[in-house]
Amino acid sequence: MSSQFSYLDGNAAAGELSKIFAIDVTGAESQCANCGAKMRFAETHLYVQAPGFVARCPVCQYILLRLANVRGRIFIDMRGMTYFSFDTDHA
Amino acid sequence: MWRVGTVIALHDETATARTISLEVPDWPGHVAGQHVDLRLTASDGYSAVRSYSIASAQNSEHRVEITVERLPSGEVSPYLTQQVAVGDRLELRGPIGGWFVWRSQQDEAVQLIAGGSGIVPLMAMIRSRASAGSTAPFRLLYSVREPTAVFYRDELRMLSDKDQSLRVTYAFTRTAPKDWPRPPSRVDAALITEATWPLNLSPSCYVCGPTPFVESVTNFLTASGNNRDKIRTERFGPTGERK
Repeated sequence: MSSQFSYLDGNAAAGELSKIFAIDVTGAESQCANCGAKMRFAETHLYVQAPGFVARCPVCQYILLRLANVRGRIFIDMRGMTYFSFDTDHA
Repeated sequence: MWRVGTVIALHDETATARTISLEVPDWPGHVAGQHVDLRLTASDGYSAVRSYSIASAQNSEHRVEITVERLPSGEVSPYLTQQVAVGDRLELRGPIGGWFVWRSQQDEAVQLIAGGSGIVPLMAMIRSRASAGSTAPFRLLYSVREPTAVFYRDELRMLSDKDQSLRVTYAFTRTAPKDWPRPPSRVDAALITEATWPLNLSPSCYVCGPTPFVESVTNFLTASGNNRDKIRTERFGPTGERK
């Protein structure tokens, strides 16, 4: 399998992120801090070959969100997003 | 939050895929397209979590079904498809996801496109449509290796035979039945045009399968004029086993 297809999508991170976010993240909208593209978290490219995961922009591949789960602490780096907005009507 | 489900039934869909029915007493209900995370813990404390799409429609019996394809080198799927027995208890988290979902209030035309075990969440949509008595026009294009690898074959035939507004098209990629009109091949632009809804219906499209399949189908759909905003996708990993 070509490594260009080694990613999943944001749907696969939703269970882990449900520990932290009270509202479903897959429908949440984010904006890439690099190229300005707006997308649902479900549409991000997710790389899981790590002690956690990395979500990248599907347009420019910039890192939007990193999560690491290390010895009982979860670290999240979201500096690649200018915002993360949640739909409260379906929450 | 982890819940405990009890295995109440097992059903082999193919030689390598099994449906596991769980009864989850505190299940809050789900929407078609959502998934669950399953956590298996070994006696030494090692645990593994995998995501599986829910195959069943929402129901009043607190019943959740998943269909698991066995992967030879998988860590979890051989256990789930070969060792789990009725009466076993499994830990699960969910339902998860609110984006790749079909709600029974939707009445627009729907195009489902499945690659292999990507059929599972789309089957939940077909079952939910039937159980809700919805008449939303549905088409399913199901790409599968060979006839013996088809999941839910009898149920799909039964549902589409009695319902003019549900049409199922199979695309066999390796071996087709005798006299099948299309030689075995991958889904291509011509088949997308032939088997999917015309653009003037502006269908909602749900595409689920391995990542390369989802990428190519999404490209065919947009190239043929479908609006990117109407296409929702869910990708399985190259191994088919989502982490």
